[in-house]
Amino acid sequence: MSEIEFRSVSKSFGKKQVLENLSFLIRPGECFTILGPSGCGKTIVVRLIAGFETPDRGTIRIGTTTVADGSKGYALPPENRNIGVVFQDYAVWPHMTVLENVLYPLRMQKVPKEEAIQRAKMAIKQVNMEGLEDRLPYQLSGGQQQRVALARALVSKPAILLLDEPLSNLDANLREEMRFEIKELQKSTNSTLLYVTHDQEVALAISDRIAVMNEKGEFQQIGTPEEVYDQPANPFVFRFLGIANFIPVHVRDGKTYLTPSAKEFLPMPESVQKAKGMSSGNFLAACRPMEVELSRANGPLEGKVVRKALLGPIIDYRIDLGGTIVRAQLQTEEGSMKDLIFEEGDACRVGFSRLLWFPKNGEGEVTHG
Amino acid sequence: MVDIYTKPKISAAQIVLVFSILVLVVVVGIPVILIFLTAFFEDGKLNIPGFVQILKDPDTYQALWNSLVIAFGTTLVSTTVGVFFAWLVARTDLPFKKTMKALFLVPFMLPSFIGALAWKVLLSPRAGYINKFLMALLGLERAPIDIMSMGGIIVIESMYLFPFVFLQVESALERMDPTLEESARISGAGLLTITRKITLPLVLPSILSGALLVALYSLAHFGVPAILGTEKGIYNIPTKIYERIYSSGGSFRAIRVGTILSTILVISAALILKAQDLLLKKGKYQIIAGKSMRPMLLKLRALRTPLLIVSIIYIGITVILPTVTIFLVGGLKTYGLSFELKNLTWANYLEIFRWKMTKDAIWNSVYLSLGAALVTMLAGTMISYVIVKSRPRGKFILELLGVLPFSLPGTVIALGVILTWSGRFGINIYNTPWIIFVAYIARYMAFSLKSNSAALQQVSDSLEEASRACGATHFQTLKNIVLPLIRPGMISAFFLIFLPALRELTTSVLLYGPTTRTIGVAIYALNEDGETVRAAALASVALIIILVGETSIRNFLARLQKQE
Repeated sequence: MSEIEFRSVSKSFGKKQVLENLSFLIRPGECFTILGPSGCGKTIVVRLIAGFETPDRGTIRIGTTTVADGSKGYALPPENRNIGVVFQDYAVWPHMTVLENVLYPLRMQKVPKEEAIQRAKMAIKQVNMEGLEDRLPYQLSGGQQQRVALARALVSKPAILLLDEPLSNLDANLREEMRFEIKELQKSTNSTLLYVTHDQEVALAISDRIAVMNEKGEFQQIGTPEEVYDQPANPFVFRFLGIANFIPVHVRDGKTYLTPSAKEFLPMPESVQKAKGMSSGNFLAACRPMEVELSRANGPLEGKVVRKALLGPIIDYRIDLGGTIVRAQLQTEEGSMKDLIFEEGDACRVGFSRLLWFPKNGEGEVTHG
Repeated sequence: MVDIYTKPKISAAQIVLVFSILVLVVVVGIPVILIFLTAFFEDGKLNIPGFVQILKDPDTYQALWNSLVIAFGTTLVSTTVGVFFAWLVARTDLPFKKTMKALFLVPFMLPSFIGALAWKVLLSPRAGYINKFLMALLGLERAPIDIMSMGGIIVIESMYLFPFVFLQVESALERMDPTLEESARISGAGLLTITRKITLPLVLPSILSGALLVALYSLAHFGVPAILGTEKGIYNIPTKIYERIYSSGGSFRAIRVGTILSTILVISAALILKAQDLLLKKGKYQIIAGKSMRPMLLKLRALRTPLLIVSIIYIGITVILPTVTIFLVGGLKTYGLSFELKNLTWANYLEIFRWKMTKDAIWNSVYLSLGAALVTMLAGTMISYVIVKSRPRGKFILELLGVLPFSLPGTVIALGVILTWSGRFGINIYNTPWIIFVAYIARYMAFSLKSNSAALQQVSDSLEEASRACGATHFQTLKNIVLPLIRPGMISAFFLIFLPALRELTTSVLLYGPTTRTIGVAIYALNEDGETVRAAALASVALIIILVGETSIRNFLARLQKQE
């Protein structure tokens, strides 16, 4: 259990600036997730903490030790940092059995042999791999190899556990199962866990706090899963955490108009005006497809169904609000009970159970999920 | 807060890099530079007219021309033969395919100069056994076939070089996605059209790349022209260099001519390699499938048995006939006798192990190739590791130097080594085994680099990083993770060097001294002195060593692969 602190860390490769002036703190014993699109530099954060890379500028601290200082070109070698790492490609050593793989960190720490074997067997049991100790990696499935990697990272009880997209090579079922196991393991070992992923579901499911990173390697928001999901700091965060509708609007004289059709839209609540400190200008009204309320007769806006897709338990519509398209979803069951199964071309009424308002800074943030 | 700052010191990676660069500079860099300097500079001044003048000299000009003609002819013949048999094995229902494929690769094992020796015995215009037989049979005045000619050299070289083309084309044909041909067939194209419009263009890069390998090899080839051409005054570049240096007792003027011819070899080799590189990149793109699939097989029907017989006869003539000839000649009481039991004796073979010159030659070859293989393998592992895995500053120097060994023919290496190690830098190892040792390292560094870097590329970086994260130092990681994983690559590098070094001729022939003959040199020298029987007996012993070595190593490597 150690805290990790980045202070104004910058890192570039050749001409490509990957991180610039990045500062954050991971609290001891916390499960901290960095969520961001692929290629945004989140893996570099892991590699900097592990010591596989040295920062160009800034310092990194683990517990009470400054492990890297860019300005001095100093970095503590990875082997002295007391960390466990799980890689995206598992990195299970193909020439060693499961037991040998898991024993390795203990061997390096010169733990007495008997004790080491006992601890390794414990760790193997923790990841539900009992009975496979003598298998070689090529005899294991991807999920099993990932468990070996996890056991190997855990066995030496490192202060810090770094997981870099550990589930992305697994199929959907296994992914779901493993993410709960990882959470369980983290709770039982009490180590500080940094988890890096582009999968918002995993991030929301396991994290104590999530940091959302954009393509430029900048943190957009750091907060609990509830905070980043419910109160996204900006459109990027909102879009990254799920399918998003962004409705471009213009607010003038207390009224709201759709852009570009200039049809009247729902008014911006006063509380929002106060919070944002602006009562006119261009905004993005954002919502999830589930927050779009469709009905046959009641609803503030009129719309037209332009596409209908049945996705099993969910029906997915595209609704034209007069030049502005929004995506709406509802439970199939609810739809058939309330007679809300529309066909393409049908007219409907549209409301919103909740809208988030983001000032629009003119850039093309608008998508339809 | 505890800060454990240490001053940034020179890292181990930096030291290894510098050491790697040093090895390559000493082993190949300096020799090549000296060759170019000697070729272009005279008395410290750039002397281009002198360079051109030597090339214009009819004697050297003729050697250049012969090298070109031989390389061109050999490439043409090898490619035709190689493509034909590759197609036969990969794309028809020829019986016993697996066996046939293995048999077509046997010529690789046979040292070509020993093959040439056998063919000289069989087809030399004066005393060739087949020629004598045909003359008697047909009542001819003159020998019908003269193997000691440009044509003869081309045919014999092709016999032993065609596997280069065969290997490349056969695997390309096997890897080719059969749906490409099938869709052409569905569109109504006949087999001939498919072959012409689809198959051929797709395997063309492989054909050309195999052909270029043959050209590269043939251009700088010493053995066959030395045995079949020298007596008749037919020289190519390597044999001319040898002749000049040998006849002048190693005079500087002869060495200078040698360096000038060498620059031509180096430049053509570099160009050929560049062309091949471009082709292979293109080839990768064109033959999409990486995995072997089941290609459409042509039914040979009535031709099935005749084509099998043709293949067997071809192997019989190119492999079995010369091997048997060498063994029989090695057992003759006197050269020229007929192969009857009463004319044969074991004594010649036993003598090989008693006679000092041949005994020394075997011993020299064995320890020099073992030593060179070991050192070159280890140096290659280190250099490849720096090139593939680490990223210290200045790595590009190493990468540049690392390409050099690939484009240095054996003759060039020998000359460069002579220039470097005969006292110019205070070290004179001329006439000692060390000079051959250094030359072997330079000559086979390319093999080691290729094999080791291929193995290292298979070891993903995360495997090493995982070990570091587990608390292992860099050194422990090398020992526990990297070395065990690349061991097969290292072992195969060792044998890729050891086996060819054992029968090396081109380089050793320019470097040997009175007590430092190698097997190749001894066979060559015995043949030169007209001791054909002894040459054949030694060659037979060499063939047995090579055969035993190749098969046991192949088995060993196959077992190793199964284990991994």
